[in-house]
Amino acid sequence: MTTANNLVQGLLLGGLYAMFATGLSLMFGVMRLVNLAHGDFAILAAFLALVIVDGTGLNPFLTLAVAVPAMFLLGYLLQRGVLNFTVGGDGLAPVLVTFGLSIILQNLLLEGFSADSRGLDAGAIEDTSLALGRLNVGWFPLLTLATGAAVLGGLQLLLARTRLGRELRATSDDPEAAQLVGVDHRHAFAVATGLALATVAIAGIFLGVRTTFSPALGPTRLIFAFEAVIIGGLGSLWGTLAGGMVLGVAQTLGAQISPGWGVLTGHLVFLAVLAFRPSGLFGKPVTT
Amino acid sequence: MSDGRPLLEVAGLDGWYGDFQALFGVSVSVAAGEVVAIIGANGAGKSTLLRTVAGLLPRTDGSVTFEGKDLAGVPAHRRVALGISLVPEGRRIFPSLSVEENLLVGAQAGRPGPWTVAAVLELFPMLAGRRRSGGGRLSGGEQQALAIGRGLMANPRLLLLDEVSLGLAPIVVRRVYEALPAIRAAGTTVVVIEQDIGQALRAADRVYCLLEGRVALEGAPEDLDRDRIAAAYFGVRA
Repeated sequence: MTTANNLVQGLLLGGLYAMFATGLSLMFGVMRLVNLAHGDFAILAAFLALVIVDGTGLNPFLTLAVAVPAMFLLGYLLQRGVLNFTVGGDGLAPVLVTFGLSIILQNLLLEGFSADSRGLDAGAIEDTSLALGRLNVGWFPLLTLATGAAVLGGLQLLLARTRLGRELRATSDDPEAAQLVGVDHRHAFAVATGLALATVAIAGIFLGVRTTFSPALGPTRLIFAFEAVIIGGLGSLWGTLAGGMVLGVAQTLGAQISPGWGVLTGHLVFLAVLAFRPSGLFGKPVTT
Repeated sequence: MSDGRPLLEVAGLDGWYGDFQALFGVSVSVAAGEVVAIIGANGAGKSTLLRTVAGLLPRTDGSVTFEGKDLAGVPAHRRVALGISLVPEGRRIFPSLSVEENLLVGAQAGRPGPWTVAAVLELFPMLAGRRRSGGGRLSGGEQQALAIGRGLMANPRLLLLDEVSLGLAPIVVRRVYEALPAIRAAGTTVVVIEQDIGQALRAADRVYCLLEGRVALEGAPEDLDRDRIAAAYFGVRA
């Protein structure tokens, strides 16, 4: 019974990991840019929500209405002002620049909020649950998974069905040819980064409700996001959700054996996927 | 152009392919409604010329004037909005977009005009049955037709075709060239880079021959004889 319960909890946790991973995957997909500050932006969004909650007493979920557009704008400006100057080269420049950004963000947050662990209080939803037979499933983890699926599904629809999505896919295929049909590739890149930070803002705020957070937590979240993307397979959004779920299940089942083994088990599953199926569960086979 | 000015005026253009100077003081003038062919050996600077006009190569000296407007500093995506479409060498179809999406993305600049998805499919019937196919799954000829169609979707005043027949079977090349009169009738001026000199002379009103980054010969096909073209092409005196 405990195992079944942990399995369900792990699957639900996957929704959160998938939300973290989506933006990372999107930025890499559109402009081959690995954003090492991705996790720190999630934490930044959580602190932004905290400031709003402290100032107004609003429910943390309502802060999404401010935090998500604000993070989109931040992402857009960051890409136009900084990251666009790093793409198109050998791939090392964006890694160095976002690594620097990560350190800057962590230290600014530390300066502003101290190293204390903080949390977002969402009220009753955090400790009420739905009884499914002999399993009790928390409403909040359910909401997390539903939100994760909605974010991925929404992004999938945007990419597949809209003019903006066509623009992003064309730019991802061939930025120069995209310019030749009138797409401003620098604008397309900035929209992609804006979307990435908007999705990771949702992830950061859900994280803040689920558990406590502190300024230095970003890099850990980045690793989970990487693992979800790689396990699921690069370039597949639904694969990312599956990857997040595999990681979530591995962590909760690992923690069942021994509390210290949760994160480790996740890493081991990730390594196993890298070793035996490097293109991921749903990715296209790697071609060189 | 009622005022007699050319549609495209390239004057004293120096162009670079990376760090390598590929054009030396090239001047080319194209009137509205013309079909102009650019011929020359590999490395003569033909592609660099078209890519510079399209705005893909930032480093240039000399001037490119389109409809009387100096294009210095205008980025490639805005030149599309002004009415210049380049169909690049190698087709460069977006593989993750379907045929129809490749055409739709070609209309991104939002210029009004006669070219729509339906009009392009009528011009290239070989694409009509493949609307939903992925762009990466087409044959070379279908890709070339799609690339031209994608360029037309921007309703350009000036269509630049780079190496239009490279790597295509002769029958496919003929089909591509059969589309030229319709493109022209829709009011589009065409500049085409062509390896096949016979084809270039048949299709074009005027021909420029580039040799090592300079214009070696220019004129209407009927005024040019084989010996002069050979001399301009290979740089030898016949």
